[in-house]
Amino acid sequence: MLLTQFLVLGAALFAMGIYGLLVRRNIVLILLSVELMLNAVNINFIAFEAVLVSSEAIGHIFAIFVITVAAAEVGIGLAIVLMIFRNRKSANVDDLNLMRW
Amino acid sequence: MEWFDTWGLTIIVFLPLVGALLLGFISKENEDALKTTGLVTSVLAFVASLVLIGQFNFSGSTYNQYQFEVSETWIGAINANYHVGIDGISLPLLVLSTFVMVLAVIYSWNHWEEPKNPKAFLIFMMILATGMNGTFVALDLVLFFIFFEIVLLPMYFMIGIWGDKSPRKVPGFSKVFETRLYASIKFFLFTLFGSAFMLLGFLALYFESGKSDFGRTFDIPQLTELGAAGAFTGTFAFLVFGAMFLGFAVKVPMWPFHTWLPDAHTAAPTVGSVLLAAILLKLGSYGFIRILLPILPDEAITWAPFIAILAVIGIIYGALACLAQTDMKRLIAFSSVGHMGFVMLGIATMTDVGINAAIIGMVAHGLITGLLFFLAGSMSHRYHTREMARLGGNIKLMPVMGGIFAFTAMASLGLPGLAGFWGEFMSLVGAYNPLAGLSLGVFRTSMVLGAIGTVLTAGYMLWMLQKVNLGEPNEEWEGHEFQDVDRFELAAWVPMIVLIVVIGFFPKIIFNSTTDTVTSLVDMAFNPETTASAAALIGKG
Amino acid sequence: MRVLTNIAIIAAEEVEHTEILAGDGGWWADTAGIMLLLPLLAFLLILAFGKRMKNNGGEIAVAALAINLVWASVLFVMNMTEGVLDQTTFEIGRIGSDLVFELGWVVDGLSIMMYFLVSLVGLLVFIYALGYMKGDVRVDWFFAAFSLFAGAMIVLVGAPNLVQLIIGWEGVGLASYLLIGFYWEDLDNVRAGNMAFLTNKVADVGLILGAILVAVAIGSFDFGDLAKAAVEHSEALGGVALAGGLLLFFGAMGKSAQFPLHIWLPEAMAGPTPVSALMHAATMVTAGIYLMARVFPLFQNLAEEARPLMIGIGAVTLFGIGLLALVANDIKKVLAFSTVSQLGYMMTAIAAGGYTAGVFHLFTHAFFKALLFLGAGSVIHAVHSNNMSDMGGLRKKMPITYWTFVVGSLALAGIIPFAGFWSKDEILATLGSEGYTAVMWIAIAGAFVTAFYMMRAVSLTFHGTYKGDGHPHESPRVMTWPLVGLAIPSILFGLLNIPGVSWPVIGNFTEWLGVRVVAMGDHHAEAIDYSLAAAGLGAAVLGIALGWIIFGRDKETQADRDRFEIPVLYPLLRNKYYIDDAALGLVALTKGPLANFINWTNTYILDGFVNMVGGGVKGAGEFVYDAIDQRGVDGIFNGLSAVADSAGGVVRKWQSGRVQQYAAAFVGGALILVVLLVFVL
Repeated sequence: MLLTQFLVLGAALFAMGIYGLLVRRNIVLILLSVELMLNAVNINFIAFEAVLVSSEAIGHIFAIFVITVAAAEVGIGLAIVLMIFRNRKSANVDDLNLMRW
Repeated sequence: MEWFDTWGLTIIVFLPLVGALLLGFISKENEDALKTTGLVTSVLAFVASLVLIGQFNFSGSTYNQYQFEVSETWIGAINANYHVGIDGISLPLLVLSTFVMVLAVIYSWNHWEEPKNPKAFLIFMMILATGMNGTFVALDLVLFFIFFEIVLLPMYFMIGIWGDKSPRKVPGFSKVFETRLYASIKFFLFTLFGSAFMLLGFLALYFESGKSDFGRTFDIPQLTELGAAGAFTGTFAFLVFGAMFLGFAVKVPMWPFHTWLPDAHTAAPTVGSVLLAAILLKLGSYGFIRILLPILPDEAITWAPFIAILAVIGIIYGALACLAQTDMKRLIAFSSVGHMGFVMLGIATMTDVGINAAIIGMVAHGLITGLLFFLAGSMSHRYHTREMARLGGNIKLMPVMGGIFAFTAMASLGLPGLAGFWGEFMSLVGAYNPLAGLSLGVFRTSMVLGAIGTVLTAGYMLWMLQKVNLGEPNEEWEGHEFQDVDRFELAAWVPMIVLIVVIGFFPKIIFNSTTDTVTSLVDMAFNPETTASAAALIGKG
Repeated sequence: MRVLTNIAIIAAEEVEHTEILAGDGGWWADTAGIMLLLPLLAFLLILAFGKRMKNNGGEIAVAALAINLVWASVLFVMNMTEGVLDQTTFEIGRIGSDLVFELGWVVDGLSIMMYFLVSLVGLLVFIYALGYMKGDVRVDWFFAAFSLFAGAMIVLVGAPNLVQLIIGWEGVGLASYLLIGFYWEDLDNVRAGNMAFLTNKVADVGLILGAILVAVAIGSFDFGDLAKAAVEHSEALGGVALAGGLLLFFGAMGKSAQFPLHIWLPEAMAGPTPVSALMHAATMVTAGIYLMARVFPLFQNLAEEARPLMIGIGAVTLFGIGLLALVANDIKKVLAFSTVSQLGYMMTAIAAGGYTAGVFHLFTHAFFKALLFLGAGSVIHAVHSNNMSDMGGLRKKMPITYWTFVVGSLALAGIIPFAGFWSKDEILATLGSEGYTAVMWIAIAGAFVTAFYMMRAVSLTFHGTYKGDGHPHESPRVMTWPLVGLAIPSILFGLLNIPGVSWPVIGNFTEWLGVRVVAMGDHHAEAIDYSLAAAGLGAAVLGIALGWIIFGRDKETQADRDRFEIPVLYPLLRNKYYIDDAALGLVALTKGPLANFINWTNTYILDGFVNMVGGGVKGAGEFVYDAIDQRGVDGIFNGLSAVADSAGGVVRKWQSGRVQQYAAAFVGGALILVVLLVFVL
């Protein structure tokens, strides 16, 4: 069945995203990893929609919704990164420990 | 002037509050603007009360018919209304209140006690005015209670902030207190203690009135009708009377609830003492006439001998205590206990003569004792002491001040031809001939003792004059230059002197207002026939 | 204004069914109220402008009384010729429908007599005071207070009802207090004033309660209504008549210095001499007698049981207090005791039913006693001392004073034909014919004592040798003329009421007053009782003779002769029967232990209770705060927070601020959930 391949692809992409999220130190790369994870989810949505075929095309709608949110997220995220970089001359997450108690 | 008929009373009551608000916006440094605002406000309120006299219909009013009446829903949930109105009983007291307030503001012009701060002081005075005026016009128990309690706060602060700072040893405490703190707290707690019981009484009436056609109500006129119809009886009424009695008796103050008074008076700043003596004490006795007697007439008769006995004890006790004082203000304060004793004796007789005596006694005491406190304040302002042992020969150092002081002392001891006489004399007339059914033995003994009290009153007043006014001045003051009465003092005192004389020779200006109302009050409350005709009102039958 | 029926009309028309012919006084009676107002107006004017005037306002005072005298004289003459009855009142207050307060003025025989007396004697004394007070301190205040007295006195005697009477009564009391304490720098004078005021205040309890009793019974304060009720033997009044009458009498005892309330009058001599003359001899002290005369019908018809007590007190006063004059050294005190004694005569007379006798003695006594006081004042003015031991031998130096003083003394002693003889004789006649024979003999003995002490006073003051300092000389004319002015009525006015004699046109004193008392059963003699007159006169002559023998002859040893130290009697008299001491002791007891006890109870019992409650509540509050709040309730919360705090110490380390740690934890958590979901559930 074709669905399996799509799910495997999605899972692989998601795992890569998590790996990047946890391991990378550069904020921009972390953001990219998050994008990767979101897209993995999108692939899953499309795949399921194609098989199950709901009347309201819920899978597609969610995929588009996630893409929109991701765009917004990246926009704000990059803006924050930019500000941090300007102030700190660094984009390393280890330097950002302001949120401690 | 139609709008005045409806809103006149509201203006008189709330104008001072508006003044207080305005004062809040004026800078602390701008003393002239503050004083002018205070004066204008109080004068406007006084003028409004004069207009009230002009518009008042004096002819043949029956009790429980109020003029300038306004009734608006206020707290619908408990059927409490903004119900105000006046009749012949409250009119003189309301005018007295606005009148004395004007004089108090004039006197304050150049008499600020430490720590000055005219702004705060004037604001407190204005709030006090609202409370006092409001109490005299309120026709709803909740409204009455609120106004009655409002006056506590400004007076508490006046005593506590501007009061006497000397230390004072209080029996029962090892610690030495500052006089003003002890006095202000005692004043506040004592009065509040009484008010708490009073409020219980009000609530009891509220719930009990639910059994009648009116439904649960705080409305004084409605409760009065119910009272006249005999709706409140038995142990219930006895306890309610006792609770409210406690509240009013503390305020009057009746013996033995009077002990807050000498302390409060001694500690209070001059204007505070004046307002306390002139108006605040009247709130209690007014409560007796307006609320206790008409609403619980049967209980009033039960309690009357008891009230008369306390009143007479107050007369004798106050006079004797005066003789032992060394502090001038404290002496005058104790004299209030005696004078209010005569007022209460008048009320206790439950007759038109006695109640009229009480009202004119209240007005006279307000003027005379108010003036005495003004004088005592001005003197201690100059001598920096109130100890009578250190004073003496005052009339030589300050002839005008001494002359006015002597005049006022004479008025205070009830000299016929001056205002104080009528209250005492008619109280005695009333006590000789109390309401039919009251114990003649108790009342006639009261009359004799009250008359003996006038001798003691004369005794301590003359003694005070001798100590303070006459003789050679104390060596201590040799070489001191004392300024005699200044123009602000004169402006504040002369109107009082004139009124004392005018009322003394022509008491009709008070009686004209009160007599019809009081007569019909007595008729309504204590005459069985009217009671019978009103009996239909009671739902329970 | 309304004209009321008067006592006389009621009495005559309703009881005797006869008509009294009397005018209503016309314009003069309608405007008589001006007499009440003028002196009071003068009081205010002098206060305002007195300091700036040449005689310190004395002019205003004299002018006011002079105008008053015009009214009083016109009314006096009208009353002599045709009789005047009128009453004008204004309502000043009304309670309900039955209790009415009014002010106004009565114009009838009794009040006209008093208007005339107060105005005439007052005017003469005021003129005298212009000279006497010259250069003294506060002369403007003196005249102001003196005018206040005159006004209050006329308010009193013009009173149509008990309330106005009380107003005037206390008004004169106030003026008396002010003027006794006129030299208030000396606290002794102030104390004398206090004593006068307080003694009167004690008596006023009687007056006020009596007025209340009577007025409530008849439903009116009006004297006319009172007389009417008394004449009709009203049931309501009858019930309280004895109590009310005795209370009113008690009031009169204070003002008219009856034993034992007489103590204030000798002390009142601390005031300036003109004050003693007008107030404490001629007019104010007679207010009590006047009151008894005004309510005479009450005693005559209803309160007859009160009579023995009243006569008894009057008799004790007239004799017992008269004796005190024998040992006094201060000339003014001699006259003061004499005044008390004479007031006793008047009271006795009225109590015995001798309305005319009492009032007539009041009338004549006012002139000669004022004369004596002014004479004494003239002497004091000259020698600067009140003590007779500093006087003597002034007969030649002060002839006018001497001769007028002698006239006054003879009148007081009751020597024919001076005024005092006729009025005293009338009193004796009344006592005799009403059956009070014992009292009559006391009165005759009193006449002897009177003559004796007056002879002593005259001798010690004017005869013998001068014992004082300086060179006394006759007083200025402004002072001697009033003496002459008073001496003439002291000689002549007794003739106005010779029993059985009615002068052409003017009639006699009895008739002037008498219109009202015909129906009251007043006793007045129709003819002279020669034996009684002789007894009275004999006693007086005997007294003068004895006085002359003891004090008059030996010029050198006069001072020593003043000491008859009869063992028990002398100390008793010197100490005024110890009544003063008893009264002062009572005052001291009230003022000291009693007042202190009351104050103690206030501080330690009533206030102590309050403080105890306050302290108790505060203590309870502290206990609640410390034991329960701080350690109990708060303890629980503190314990909880301590747990939270230490827990936080552990947990807070997990918050490293490293986002990736959080993410790892999150992923780990998600994985655990997945494992749970897949494999466990």
